[in-house]
Amino acid sequence: MSVLDIKDLRVSIETEQGKKEILRGVDLSISSDEIHAVMGPNGSGKSTLAYTIAGHPRYTVDGGSITLDGEDVLAMSVDERARAGLFLAMQYPVEIPGVTVSNFLRTAKTAVSGEAPRVREWIGDVRKAMESLRMDSSFGERNVNEGFSGGEKKRHEILQMELLRPRFAVLDETDSGLDVDALRIVSEGVNRIKAETGLGVLLITHYTRILRYIKPDHVHVFVNGRIAEQGGHELADRLEEEGYDRYLKAGV
Amino acid sequence: MTATDTTPAALRTEAEPARPIQTRSERPTSFDPADFGAPTGREVNWKLSDVRRLAPLFVDEETEAGDEPGIAYDVDGIAERGLLVESTGHDAAPRGEIFRPEDVVSAIAWKRCPNALHIRLPEGQEVAEPIVARLHGLGADRHANAHIVIEAQPGSIGTVVLHHSGSARYAQNVEILVRAGARLTVISVQDWDDDAVHASAHQAVVADGGYLKHMVVSFGGDVVRVNPSVRLAGHRAEGELYGLSFADAGQHLESQVYLFHEGVETRGDVLYKGALQGTGARSVWIGDVLIGSGATGTDSYEKNQNLVLSDGTRADSIPNLEIETGDIAGAGHASATGRFDDEQLFYLQSRGIEEEEARRLVVIGFLMEIVQKIGVAEIEERLAEAIDEELRRGAGLAPATRAGA
Ligand SMILES: Nc1ncnc2c1ncn2[C@@H]1O[C@H](COP(=O)(O)OP(=O)(O)OP(=O)(O)O)[C@@H](O)[C@H]1O
Ligand SMILES: [Mg+2]
Repeated sequence: MSVLDIKDLRVSIETEQGKKEILRGVDLSISSDEIHAVMGPNGSGKSTLAYTIAGHPRYTVDGGSITLDGEDVLAMSVDERARAGLFLAMQYPVEIPGVTVSNFLRTAKTAVSGEAPRVREWIGDVRKAMESLRMDSSFGERNVNEGFSGGEKKRHEILQMELLRPRFAVLDETDSGLDVDALRIVSEGVNRIKAETGLGVLLITHYTRILRYIKPDHVHVFVNGRIAEQGGHELADRLEEEGYDRYLKAGV
Repeated sequence: MTATDTTPAALRTEAEPARPIQTRSERPTSFDPADFGAPTGREVNWKLSDVRRLAPLFVDEETEAGDEPGIAYDVDGIAERGLLVESTGHDAAPRGEIFRPEDVVSAIAWKRCPNALHIRLPEGQEVAEPIVARLHGLGADRHANAHIVIEAQPGSIGTVVLHHSGSARYAQNVEILVRAGARLTVISVQDWDDDAVHASAHQAVVADGGYLKHMVVSFGGDVVRVNPSVRLAGHRAEGELYGLSFADAGQHLESQVYLFHEGVETRGDVLYKGALQGTGARSVWIGDVLIGSGATGTDSYEKNQNLVLSDGTRADSIPNLEIETGDIAGAGHASATGRFDDEQLFYLQSRGIEEEEARRLVVIGFLMEIVQKIGVAEIEERLAEAIDEELRRGAGLAPATRAGA
């Protein structure tokens, strides 16, 4: 069993107005096979947490730690983190002109597993994964995320997760922009991968809708750069009813 | 007229208002170098050029006599296939059928080349194998002048590659004749050593129903200037003008492109892409498109895109579009210069791909649009290799400063 452990994480960014603190001491521990949902108002720092785990250079870690089975994640480069088994499904996936999806997937798989996949097997795996996510096979020849609709981009993120087989995945609003069918298909994908590999999931979302398909073991309320409350599924339902006023008024 | 663009969000797009070319179609021409004199760098067709480094090509001297040639021409394969026409003197048609020197270098090249190299695709024939002429420079201090005629006779189909390597001070004219219904691809590859000085003027005419794909691929050399000028003269003539350049430290790579829609219902597409890296890397692109008064039904688009990989580079990009008839199908132009996108790099790295490989993917991806139009395996492989070399050389360089960082 693996553990992704985040302790007292403090993160800031450089802005034109100077240094801006965003994460103010985040504690979160995720084990294999667990699903943690993170909900919170816009701008509270959820994506910042996701990007910091992945190692985006824009964010400066001022304190605290992230470890994966005791290994110092913060000391790893972005690509090393991915090879160590971390995956981030991005809120806004990036377009890469001139790089086809199939070339990209093969290059990523080769990088993550340290050797080129066997061709026949790989082609079969890709086809199967695309079918189960209801992605047309023509996506393979398109450039990464170029001209993809919002929902197609999200499916493409989950496709990568399926093929790269990470130990922990951060899903940053993967449910936003998905239609009802796509939401179910993507959720099924996450559940399937979890069942097969014991994936641990950090699911960032604004809506309880996805939590009907992906059952969280823990729900965290994220406010103003830290976790304001933790609970089970019932907490998510209450948030949907009441919003975040209670936390904001409390002036966390 | 509209100026639209499909550049990725990362690239800043400036859809500039069309500026009339005015002088482009009336630019003075002469076969006599004395009529031009040495450029000062203030002339419209020299003002963004490196006149100082090109100066050896302004010298009007005998170059093709003696026993120390500047360029070795490996065209045996072409001769064996019966595609080479012997000795084309100054007055031997079709030499000079359409070619008119527009600058002093071109006039000297004309004057000092007694025998043009003449490659001819026979009427009605499809030549499947690319015709490759290998032009190898024999010394950075050697001055050479050449006039080359490439003629696609009516209904012929084929690809001609001019591959430049080694080093020389090389002035060159390329006269391209695409007869009715012919389909010709001309690819000029500047794979020079670091100290080569090269200026080339290509002038092409495309007759009724003819098609010319013209490509300029420049990555080697100290200063390289390849200026293609294409006249779509015939009814439904088509011209596709593509360029790819990779300028590294101290290199000056330039193309002044001119596309003249003269005939009725002609179609033109101009796309040049350039990557720049290292201090003093410089690229110059001037794209003039003229839609003549008789060119009704014209469809034309031109675009230049540059990708800046490090600080200390400069890319000049100037699109011009002049339209003399109101009755056209469409015309547009775009120019964009963008810095290497950190978000793309992050996305790839977050999938386990190492930084160097990620950079390679992004750069090759950017240039891919042109690479995949080459269609000659040998050149595509050489180009991929050259891009890898360039990227390795640039591996230690700091990435281009991020805007707003
Ligand atoms: N480059 C930047 N310059 C200035 N502020 C920034 C920058 N990047 C992030 N921020 C700020 O950091 C804060 C946290 O942003 P973050 O994207 O982590 O929020 P979020 O919780 O993911 O919000 P959402 O629910 O809208 O996705 C916001 O106030 C945001 O404006
Ligand atoms: Mg967010």
